[in-house]
Amino acid sequence: MSAPVADSMAALIEASDVVVCCGSGGVGKTTTAAVLGLEAARRGRRVVVVTIDPARRLADALGMADGLSSEPQRIDVDPAADGSSDAGELSAMMLDTAVTFDGLVRKHADDDEQVERILNNPFYRNMASAMSGTQEYMAAETLHALHHDDRFDLVIVDTPPSRNALDFLDAPGVLSRFLDHRIFKLAMLPTRSGLKVFGAAAQPIFRAIGKVVGSDVLADSLAFFQAFSGMESGFRDRADDVVALLRAERTSFVVVASPRRDTITEAVWFAQQLREQGVGVAASIVNRLLPSFGSDEVAQPDDADGPEAVLWQNLAELRAVRAAELDALAPLAELTEPAPVALLPLLERDVHDIEALDEIARHLFASDSAG
Amino acid sequence: MRLLTAASVVVVAGKGGVGKTTVTAVIARAASRAGLRVLALELDGKPTLAELLPERPGESLRVEHLSAPDLLEEYLNEHGFKRVAKRLNRTGVIDMIGTAAPGIDDIVVLGKVKQFERSGDYDLVVVDGPAAGHAVTFLTSASGLADAVRGGPIKSQSDDVLELLSDAARCMAVLVTLPETTPVNETIETAYALEDDVGIRLGPVVVNGVDDGAEMPSMTAVKKMTKGIDRAMRAALTEAADYRRHRREMETGAIERLSTELPLGYVNLPALPVAGLVPADIDALADRLLTDHPLTDRLLTGHPLTDEAGS
Repeated sequence: MSAPVADSMAALIEASDVVVCCGSGGVGKTTTAAVLGLEAARRGRRVVVVTIDPARRLADALGMADGLSSEPQRIDVDPAADGSSDAGELSAMMLDTAVTFDGLVRKHADDDEQVERILNNPFYRNMASAMSGTQEYMAAETLHALHHDDRFDLVIVDTPPSRNALDFLDAPGVLSRFLDHRIFKLAMLPTRSGLKVFGAAAQPIFRAIGKVVGSDVLADSLAFFQAFSGMESGFRDRADDVVALLRAERTSFVVVASPRRDTITEAVWFAQQLREQGVGVAASIVNRLLPSFGSDEVAQPDDADGPEAVLWQNLAELRAVRAAELDALAPLAELTEPAPVALLPLLERDVHDIEALDEIARHLFASDSAG
Repeated sequence: MRLLTAASVVVVAGKGGVGKTTVTAVIARAASRAGLRVLALELDGKPTLAELLPERPGESLRVEHLSAPDLLEEYLNEHGFKRVAKRLNRTGVIDMIGTAAPGIDDIVVLGKVKQFERSGDYDLVVVDGPAAGHAVTFLTSASGLADAVRGGPIKSQSDDVLELLSDAARCMAVLVTLPETTPVNETIETAYALEDDVGIRLGPVVVNGVDDGAEMPSMTAVKKMTKGIDRAMRAALTEAADYRRHRREMETGAIERLSTELPLGYVNLPALPVAGLVPADIDALADRLLTDHPLTDRLLTGHPLTDEAGS
């Protein structure tokens, strides 16, 4: 753990089965996931990167003209430049929450008729696409499925933007908790006692819900609960497996941040929560740090008041920002010590091709560090 | 600045990390400095806005935090749930309703915004909106629900909200972006989606974090300027100048493309040499905004302005 950063970052992608990139929105989680995947593949691993709603340009960067699909697609990766190891494989896919949820229903349903009833139900469709926590749940589910897929030996997942690390850790339980509510049991009651749907609809609570959302919407909701009956335990067991994988020893959480006080505060909060959950932070990555220019000895001489003064001023401005950024990220490094904190530079250009990903990878696996 | 307050409700939207909260704070501060009674609203998340907008003497600026689950619960209680839901797990009921009628939480939030707008207590309500992807669903939730629910209290609530959103004199969306390729692409997509799906008026786009420092000399000029100085110094100065120039070119290119593809008004906010803003920075940016875009007398009286009055 106290090894130099480059070794530790390398150890992370060499010794993990699963890498979860988490952090708030706009800090470069997707790019980070892609960079880790690319480097791991160059080091001989068979990697799949799962992204959530990736920017179109990332798909372009990975050479996927038609964007990413919800099935893993192979990406051409040149072997490591030094030829030190056999090239592995890199695949990428985009999470499709609804399709993944449909797959789970198919898996746990008793028969095709039950599958149809559920998949066509409007309440279910809302749940599969819009219920809060569903995206995180399906990301974890996909991660589990890919982990047990023989084609891959490393799964890297980019989590939905969140202010809360627990959103992801707890996500697999979101449906179980929903099903544990008394309201669910109440909605199921008519089936058990052999009455029609109207039985449940007559309950005061459902009458009140019906008044707000309308009777059609209420009827759809109750029909969903009826159709879902019998599948709870299958879903619950699966969720337990997924949670176990998230907490497995060879699953590493990487906290991603940018060098600004607000995102560092959120990253620190993430790291604290992960720690309290006994999961811990394997590494932190701070993106978009201003690079350093020249050593500290390079300083403006007293007599430098010629036309080059504008250049000295520029150097001073860039250094001041970098110093402020290093200052801002210090609390994260301190909290996650001795886990490495990798500092990645803000490039002169946008990241939208393999070369840019490679440039970042070079910094990530042999770069300056605060840790 | 005229453009920014030419409606009494301004919803600030943009992808995570572009500085939505900063822009919300700057607009709110600028308007309150200009004498308007301002309400700044933060939707879920942490109370950053309140930290950026402390009370200032002689200004009327209030910050409120709106929580969708709390508002939904309040709404349900007002509609007969207090009694029936007592014995049940309240979260269960809220989860079920939220899933049965997706967008209902957005509707209660927007309904609350409308209440503030109608209260007469404020000249301007600035909403720190949800992230770009969610901004479209947030603002379309009204039409979606109005279609799905054919009557009852939610129907009338969503109709009210729709009326507010589509009224150009009362409401507009301000998109925030960074001068970089990916945020610019997403802003263009969001702008068209908002216009097509919501019919909300788009205000000026705010480009946040624009480098407005001194222009770097060309590579040849730098070479000439640094002739004869120590090698290490020369290398550092040259690299720093190249870096700044390249970033600048990238920014200029992104801004040019944005303004070509999205013919709206534009407001640039300069990048400050800090790693996170404090209230004094917000004040400085607000002053910048007021100098660059002076307010009209009409605005100072606090009446909502139309485009015509503003230009």
